[in-house]
This record gives sequence, C-alpha cells and structure tokens, in this order.
Amino acid sequence: MSAPARPAPVVSLADGEWHRLHPASPLLRGGLVFIAVLGFVIANLRERVVDFFLVVFAPETRDDLGGRYEGWQDDWANDPIGGIVTHGLVGWALLGVVVVLVVVIAAFWLSWRMHTFRVTPEAVEVRSGILFRSHRSARLDRIQGINVTRPLFARLFGTAKLEVSVAGQSANVQLAYLGSALADLLRADVLRLASGVRAEKAAAAAAAAGPVADGADATGPASAAALATEPTVQAVPGAPSEPVAPGQPARTPVASRAGALVGQRVDEFLAPELDPELAAPESVVRLPLGRVIGSTLLGASMIWMLALVGIIVVGVATRQTWLLFSFVPAAIGVVSYTWSRITKSLRYSIAGTPDGVRIGHGLLSTANQTIPPGRIHAVDVTQWVFWRPFGWWSIRINVAGTSISNANEMAQRTLVLPVGTPADVHRVLALLLPDATADVEPFVDAGLMGKGADGGYAAAPRRGAWLRPFSWHRIGWAAASGVALIRRGALVRSLTLVPLARMQSVALSVGPIDRWLRLAGVRLHTVAGPVSAVLPIVDRGEAERLFERLAEEAVDRAASDTTHHWGATGHEPPVASSTPETPRPTVAADQTGADHVG
Amino acid sequence: MPEHDGAATEHDRVAPEPGGGQFGGDVDSGFAGPAEAGPSDEWRRVSPKYVMVEVIGSLIGMVVFVGAALVVHFLWQQQWALWAAAVIGVVSIIGIAFEPRRVRSIQYRLRADDLVFRRGIMFQRQVAVPYGRMQLVDITRGPVARALGLADLKFVTAAAATAVTVPGLPMEEADRLRDELVALAETRRAGL
Repeated sequence: MSAPARPAPVVSLADGEWHRLHPASPLLRGGLVFIAVLGFVIANLRERVVDFFLVVFAPETRDDLGGRYEGWQDDWANDPIGGIVTHGLVGWALLGVVVVLVVVIAAFWLSWRMHTFRVTPEAVEVRSGILFRSHRSARLDRIQGINVTRPLFARLFGTAKLEVSVAGQSANVQLAYLGSALADLLRADVLRLASGVRAEKAAAAAAAAGPVADGADATGPASAAALATEPTVQAVPGAPSEPVAPGQPARTPVASRAGALVGQRVDEFLAPELDPELAAPESVVRLPLGRVIGSTLLGASMIWMLALVGIIVVGVATRQTWLLFSFVPAAIGVVSYTWSRITKSLRYSIAGTPDGVRIGHGLLSTANQTIPPGRIHAVDVTQWVFWRPFGWWSIRINVAGTSISNANEMAQRTLVLPVGTPADVHRVLALLLPDATADVEPFVDAGLMGKGADGGYAAAPRRGAWLRPFSWHRIGWAAASGVALIRRGALVRSLTLVPLARMQSVALSVGPIDRWLRLAGVRLHTVAGPVSAVLPIVDRGEAERLFERLAEEAVDRAASDTTHHWGATGHEPPVASSTPETPRPTVAADQTGADHVG
Repeated sequence: MPEHDGAATEHDRVAPEPGGGQFGGDVDSGFAGPAEAGPSDEWRRVSPKYVMVEVIGSLIGMVVFVGAALVVHFLWQQQWALWAAAVIGVVSIIGIAFEPRRVRSIQYRLRADDLVFRRGIMFQRQVAVPYGRMQLVDITRGPVARALGLADLKFVTAAAATAVTVPGLPMEEADRLRDELVALAETRRAGL
C-alpha cells in the first residue's frame, strides 16, 4: 500500500524526507464531497432522477408512472432533467457526466502526486496544490495536540487521518490519509521530536526498528543498536532505576534523566503507541453504556428535543404545515447530534502517556487525540442540573488551535470527559494537571459540590445575591500551586481550573451596580475555547488583591514553565528542565495547599 | 502629553507598587498615586487630543442616526422617528460632554513584568498582560487621529478577550512604546 515513489518497506516517515500520502487518500477526501454532492442532487431531484432512469432505461413503465409522467416539460430553469429528456440529449448528458468523472479522478490523482509531507526535527511540513501550490509548516515546539482520526470510510481502507494542531485559527496541518499503522508511528515520532529529546541515535535505532510490524520483534535490534553506538553512557551514575535506562543512549553526560526518558519513549514507541488497538494504555475512566445513554437523554439537548417535538405536535394538531417544515429539520439535527454523541462516547478511553494525555473514542469512526503536557489552558468541570441526582460531571478544556469555524469538531475535541462520576473527575484532573494534582486535589470536591467557604474557597459576599440570586453562594475562588480555581453556577454547576502558567491576561471589571454594591468581576483570559474563566462576583478589595496576585503569579509561573519541551535536555539548562512526572521547582511551590485568601 | 516624556528605559527592575491597585479610587486622582519606583512605572495617560477623535466620531455617529431618523420622519410622517432623533441627539451630546473625562480615564502602566491598562468611568475595566504573552503589537491610525498625529496601539495575545488597545498615543510615542514592548516581550518570552 506504500506509495510508488518510495521503497516498499516504509521505515519511518519522520526521517526528514518528502513522503506521499496513502494512495487512496484523494478518494477518501474527495469521496466525502462527492457523496455530499450526490446526496444533494438526490435530495433535490430524487423523484426526477428516478423517473428519468425509468423513462430512459425502462420505457415500458411509462404507463405505470401515470400522471407523474405528465410532468416532463421543456423547462430548463426549473427542471433540467425534464429538459434533457424532452430534447433527446440523454446520451450527451451521460457523456458529460463521464467526462466530469474522469476529470475529477485525474485531478484527484494529480493532487495526490503533488501532496507531499516531511517531518524534520524542527517542523512538520506539507506541500500541496496543483495550480496554487501551498507549503505549510508547523513548528514542532508549537504543537498543541495530535489527533489520529479514523472515519468509518477510511477505516475500511486501513487508513487514518493525522492532524497536527498548532496554535492559530485553522492553522492545523492535516495528513489525510496515511496507513493506519504509519499514522500511529508518525504520531509517536512527532511527539518524540517535539518533546525536545535530543537523541538522534535513539531516533535512528527506533526508526530502524520501525518497519517491523509488531513491537516485540523490534526491541532486540533497537537496544542492540543503541548499545553498540553509545556504550559509555551506561556508566553514568545516578541513572533512574528503570530497567531500560542504562541501555539507552544520551548525547551529554548530564542527560542521564533524558536517557531514561528516551528509554521510556522508545518503549512507548515500540509498545502502546505502535497500535493502540492492540495495546491500549490503561484508561483511567470506564464509561458504561447505560451512563452514556442516560446522560445524553438527560442532557440539555433533550430539552430542545422535547421543545421541538412539542412544536411539531402542535403543528400537526393545528395543521400548520409551515411549522412542520421549519422544525422537522431542526429535530433531525438534534437527533443526529444525540446519536453522534452516544456513538462518540462509546469505547471512550483516557490515559496518561509520557507524551501527554491520550483520549480515544468512537465505535465506527474512531478518533484518538494526544495533548502534550502544558497545552491545556483551562479546564471546566460542569454538571447540568438534571445530572445532579446521578452525580454526573463532564469536563471540557481550552486548548489552542481548535478551530472555531468548525463548531462540531471543536466541541468534540474539547470534551475530555463526556460524563463521569466525581471519582472519574479526580482521575482525569490528575492527568490534565499533572504538576499541580496534589495541591489542587483537596479543592476539587468542595469546588464541585460545596458552597460558601467550604473547603477553603473564598466565597462571594452575601450582597452578591442582588446580582446572582441563585448562584451567589456557589461563587468562590481558590488558588493552589499555580492553578486558579473558580467555583460557580447553581443550575449548571461549574468548577473552572486555569493553570496560571498559561493564562494570557487578567481583567478586573466594575460596572455601576458592582460599584454600588462594592463588588467586582474578575476574568482570566485564556485561548479561545468552550471554557471561560469568569469570577462574576468578588468583594471589591479582594478582587483587587486577586487581580494583583494573578498578574504576578502568571508571570512567575510562565517564566518557570518548561512544558513546551517536556523532555528537553538540550535547550534548557539541566536544572530547569523538568519532566511531567516531577513537580517543577517554582517560587510559590511551598506556599500551596492553604493558599488562598479566606 | 507631558506625562510620558520619561520613556521607560530602566523598567526591568522596577518593583510594582505595594498593594498595586489604586484602581478603586477616583480615576482622576489615580494618576497621582504613589510612584516611588522609577519614572517608567507609573500610570500614563493618553494624549488629551484624543478627545477630539472621540468627539468627532460621536458627532458623525449622531449626525448619521439623527439624519436617518429625520428622513424617516419627513418622508413617512412617522412621529416616533422624531422622538428617536431627539433621544439619540440628547444621549450623544451627554456622551460628548463626558468625553474628556472618559479619555482621562484611559491609562496604562508599564510594570516590571506586565502592562496594566485601564479605562472607563461607568464601566471600569482593568487588564494586566504579561509582556511575554504578547503575540504582536499593532499600530493603527484612523483618518481623524492621523490628522491630529495620533495612533492606536493594540496588543494581541493568544486570547481574543484580552482586547487591550491603547488609543490616542502621539505617533512617535506609539512607535517607541511598540519597540519597547517588543523588546520586553523578547526578554520575557513565554510559550503560548
């Protein structure tokens, strides 16, 4: 299935050379458009097309068609098919269709020829286009996430789509489509390169092991090669106790930890990343089917559904057909949304890997998203009022680089936990905020269910009830270990967590009523996404202290944050480098826990 | 614009004021707040000439809407349009009367690690942007502002909600501030 341009056994796609995509990719990409066009034509001209074929190929059925057949008229504008039939241009029309098809297929083939990509240690680059060439390059250290999706159609061909999201609107680099196993390999390679691990030898060894389809075979030669190339590194003292560590190469003597990381990465590369279907990492959350269906049925979309059904019933009862016509499509939309939500929540898994959080879901079309460490800008744990009796929560995040234009896709990517129990919430938060888990943990339960000064939150003053009569007692904030926690909402309970290392700016706003009540609102600005971190009501003086504190801590945290090269040894001084597993030393690391204004 | 002649050379080690926000107080007196630090770390105002830009903008808006309402009134004999015109006119004139005070409320301050911007008299807003978060600095000049030698300076971060635009800076001041901010952002570069 490999492209003719390169030798048959594909070693690794991340070798800095230009590669082509899977040969079936134009069909898979264009196929969807083609089907959409076909669907449009059929939806609009269904009866006409059926009649047309009956008339052309089975003239004897004319009589059965009876009255409908009277409709063939010489009216090009309203009825092009009727026009074709009445003018006897059927042959020409079919020829035209064939020509269009041939042209489309030729264009597909050309676009496949011209669509190449390469992965260098600095960037992922894609060249595409026939007439208008485009060359898009995504810097590896700006990668916000990697998604491997396998739409049903593509799965049939054994292919997958790999999407590298970088910050910026629709700045994503898409590799659609690659062979399924190749996509997983490439993801691992890109993440390894992006992590900043400077061990080309390991990369080479791993790459050499790449062509072997199953990981078990490859371990031997890879470590052998590593041993052969860098024998001295084994003597580095103080290497972590992982069994793989001594055998792994490292560029510099100080990089023994990097050696361990590389070892981990090579292991990861060889074992679970190779084929998540075969060796999925342990998911920390299980979603029972009953909960998925129940939560969807009790979700907010159900309200819409019921409202729409009500309107339609009224429409039928009162014979207002326009009601039907205007609301039936909306009802269909809600049903399809509900259905897609259920199917996408099936086989849901979330797990931590050394290269970030991996979230997978989908039954027929599967999607697999990897968010490297330090890419999560805000986390929102919410509970819609109907979910309250069951204790269900969902988690959404803000990450840079999700496209706002594609709302559906964005909603899917940013929904990290579709529905889960508080225990699930704890586990997922531990994955999302690995550095601050221990300090944030005690605030979570009070943030989810508590009110007032529960659990060490700084509560909103009572006079806030004038502005927020229902939720004022829920509104409160806390801060721990560089994470700001905002608790709010009565109908839709919500706990928002913002890692200050990635907060963009902070705003304090005071309206006329706020001023009269000596209140203020504080808003933490993060990259665009479904989460908005707003503390609607705070005491005025406290708000100003909070503002100053957030502004100051954001600077400190950002300065000490090294997660963009989470495995780096070469770019940062060794002291400053930190792995996702170890809490990084920061200015305020010791004053956490009860770290809030009471 | 005599306030911002000391164009921020040693902003690096300037300690922020203790307690920080005199934001709560009267906006006019806020400028004279305790500035024991260097010359750069103090509230700076935009050029008073910016009042003209705002007034002309308001007047144009008023003329357009009042004119439209009057046209509706005279062509279609709609009584409500006359009232609408009157209301728009009165509101605009009140707005224009407050314009000098609103412009005075626009202040910014270069602190050691972040820029603080605030504005508003009824709806006050104060934003702190760390220099390292800046994605780009944008200078725009409208026709009226250009005639007065003014420019708007906009900071763009990865968050659209940041929305910090310092309007009405004298052109050379805007250029200098831009260079200064770019340099500051470079030394304090943070990830996204």
